[in-house]
Amino acid sequence: MRILRLAAAAAFVLAGVGAAQAEDWSKVRIGTEGAYPPFNSLTADGQLVGFDIDIADALCAQMKVECEFVVQDWDGMIPALQAGKFDAVIASMSITEERLQKVDFSNKYYNTPPAIAVPKDSTLTGTTDADLAGVALGAQSSTTHSNYAEEKLPSADLKLYPTPDEYKLDVANGRIDAVIDDVVVLSDWLATEDGACCKLLGTLTPDPVINGAGAGIAIRKDNPELKAMLNDAIAAILANGTYKEINDKYFDFDVYGG
Amino acid sequence: MTAANPTTGTAAPPPRARPWTKSKILGHVLMAVWILSGAYLVFYLTTNIGSPFFARYWREYVDGFLVTLQIVSLSLLIGAAISVPIAMARSSSWKLLSGPAYAYVYFFRGTPLLAQTFLIYYGAGSFRPELQAVGLWWFFREAFYCVVFAFSLNTSAYQAEILRGAIQNMPRGQWEGGQALGLSRPVIFFKIILPQALMVALRPYGNEIILMIKGSAIASIVTIYDVMGETRRAYSRSYDFQAYIWAAVLYLMIVETLRRVWDRIEERLTRHLKR
Amino acid sequence: MNEALTLISFGPDGWGDEIASGVLITISLAIATLPFGLILGFFIALAKKSEEPSLRMAANIYTTIFRGLPELLTLFLVYFGVQIAIQQGLRLIGVETFVEVNSFVAGMVALAFVFSSYASEAFLSAFRGIPQGQYEGGYALGLSRFKTLRLIIFPQLIRLALPALGNLWLILLKETALVSVIGLADLVRQSGIAARVTKEPFLFFGIACLIYLVLAMISSFGLTRIEAWSKRGDVVR
Repeated sequence: MRILRLAAAAAFVLAGVGAAQAEDWSKVRIGTEGAYPPFNSLTADGQLVGFDIDIADALCAQMKVECEFVVQDWDGMIPALQAGKFDAVIASMSITEERLQKVDFSNKYYNTPPAIAVPKDSTLTGTTDADLAGVALGAQSSTTHSNYAEEKLPSADLKLYPTPDEYKLDVANGRIDAVIDDVVVLSDWLATEDGACCKLLGTLTPDPVINGAGAGIAIRKDNPELKAMLNDAIAAILANGTYKEINDKYFDFDVYGG
Repeated sequence: MTAANPTTGTAAPPPRARPWTKSKILGHVLMAVWILSGAYLVFYLTTNIGSPFFARYWREYVDGFLVTLQIVSLSLLIGAAISVPIAMARSSSWKLLSGPAYAYVYFFRGTPLLAQTFLIYYGAGSFRPELQAVGLWWFFREAFYCVVFAFSLNTSAYQAEILRGAIQNMPRGQWEGGQALGLSRPVIFFKIILPQALMVALRPYGNEIILMIKGSAIASIVTIYDVMGETRRAYSRSYDFQAYIWAAVLYLMIVETLRRVWDRIEERLTRHLKR
Repeated sequence: MNEALTLISFGPDGWGDEIASGVLITISLAIATLPFGLILGFFIALAKKSEEPSLRMAANIYTTIFRGLPELLTLFLVYFGVQIAIQQGLRLIGVETFVEVNSFVAGMVALAFVFSSYASEAFLSAFRGIPQGQYEGGYALGLSRFKTLRLIIFPQLIRLALPALGNLWLILLKETALVSVIGLADLVRQSGIAARVTKEPFLFFGIACLIYLVLAMISSFGLTRIEAWSKRGDVVR
């Protein structure tokens, strides 16, 4: 039975084999989430849009490679990268020590601080651990922001959600009292009709160990060529103005950061 | 060979060796695979007990276990309480009672627990003003209560069917015997029928408890830190696959222990039925 | 009410087409899992009724594991674990390719494991319902063990196991909902996306539940027909 089962499993797996390839980078598969506006999101008809997507397209054009996007849930992103589902993650993933133990990163392509948003009628005034003691605080699981909350805001009652959409629903209906995420993501949401429920409470000072050195492109550890290609391409689009063009399409400030 | 013949001093003949049939070979190979996997698992887990992963997360698994226990026991008890009127309505000959009860049971047994949990959790969130108006928001605000609520409704439908089946399968003679003794219907029901029916229903109840334990993993999807929730959190921080292995071992231990204890209970309670 | 109708309509403003595609995934996953689960379950039942104790024990371990683990956990174990195992296995034999276990395949494998361990019980009790004389009759006719099994036992077995298997099918249909958690765009996931975007969770999860109910009703109807068909040989007295 076991043999049969293995054979059957092998048959399914082979049926599900993606384009297998070795170290030939004429085609790069890019993993992204599609639930993190304005950086990456899906339109109603299933198109990927956002800053990350435009940057990825620009980088691929710069590297003269063909790119294919793969949509992957956030909490499975690094396992999927390790398993070879795609070759690079361009999904606003912060470069942190914890992640560097598992995967490699390109240089950063933007850097923005975390922030906290609360309902408009909230009585919260500060963003320190003492201010947030006992407060139901929502965050996307497996992010630097949830780690920040666990480490720096231990008195808050942290609730983890698979995507920002769920915590947005729950903070809007008052199930949670505050949410922590990237300041750009929160501001973008607050500016929409959905975000009318809430306001920005304050920006947090990033912790270099937890928040890392900005968002980079995650790749598997054994791909130095790809890393070099990506770093060169990032430098090139920063130099030739493509980056600024994309930046200005989405933001009225410099998202690359210091 | 202690069974030597005392009179002649010759050893007893050896037991007849069973031939190596195909199924024996296959069985031994499969068992070898299981034993090797089991040994590897034990080896893997014991070497990892000293790992930073275990040191960091074992407390969380204990907390998760307690949360799972709370969710399951609360849901089962509340579900049992709701199941009684439902089962009664369902067996009623009055269509106005049996119809809705049937619909209730059909709905909760015919749809996935996951969808029900989402429906209640996110659905309640969108009715906040209405729920606040009737003073129920404090209840639906908490994910824990929502989950217990959803699971209770779900298990009550299953338990109602178990109860109804067991009661209906009681032989008519039990009722008639009671009536012949001049007992009133409620007395017959509570003193004669129900105890026997519950005895018959022990096994399906045991299965329902196990289903509930397994189903409770769904709570992790709506921000609850039960065993599964803690597992997913640990995995999402460490990307260490042992997170899931520990969870599997924990769940298997819970379910197996429960199954064995339940078998014992059943054996003890039904010993008068054994011939 | 009109607003709700627009939301569930087909086309760019409505989510009807997305939900329909989710329904399709749900149904195809359940149908794709079924044959593997049935075949696996049948062989496990054979092992469980074998005279060979080691074979029985091996089969019992299998069912203990997959009936004891939460389905959600089995799904994660397969989705993440099998991928890692395959990758390490390939590295061991020196092959540097990437084999992808996509969420559909992972869901199918995990659900087939669970389904087969329950189906084996259904087959086993059906086996018990077939008198020994049926085997003996077959052997007396000079049929081989395999032919007896195929021509005499199997048709009766299916008839006896059908009601239980029908129940398992309904459970399988519901359990496919779990694959939404590993990212397969099934009915629950599509409804969830629609719910989040439109802020109408009650409407969309309600619709999802109703669709599951309709699928269950269609299945029950079909199962009744199949059961009637399987009993067409019964003697009418």
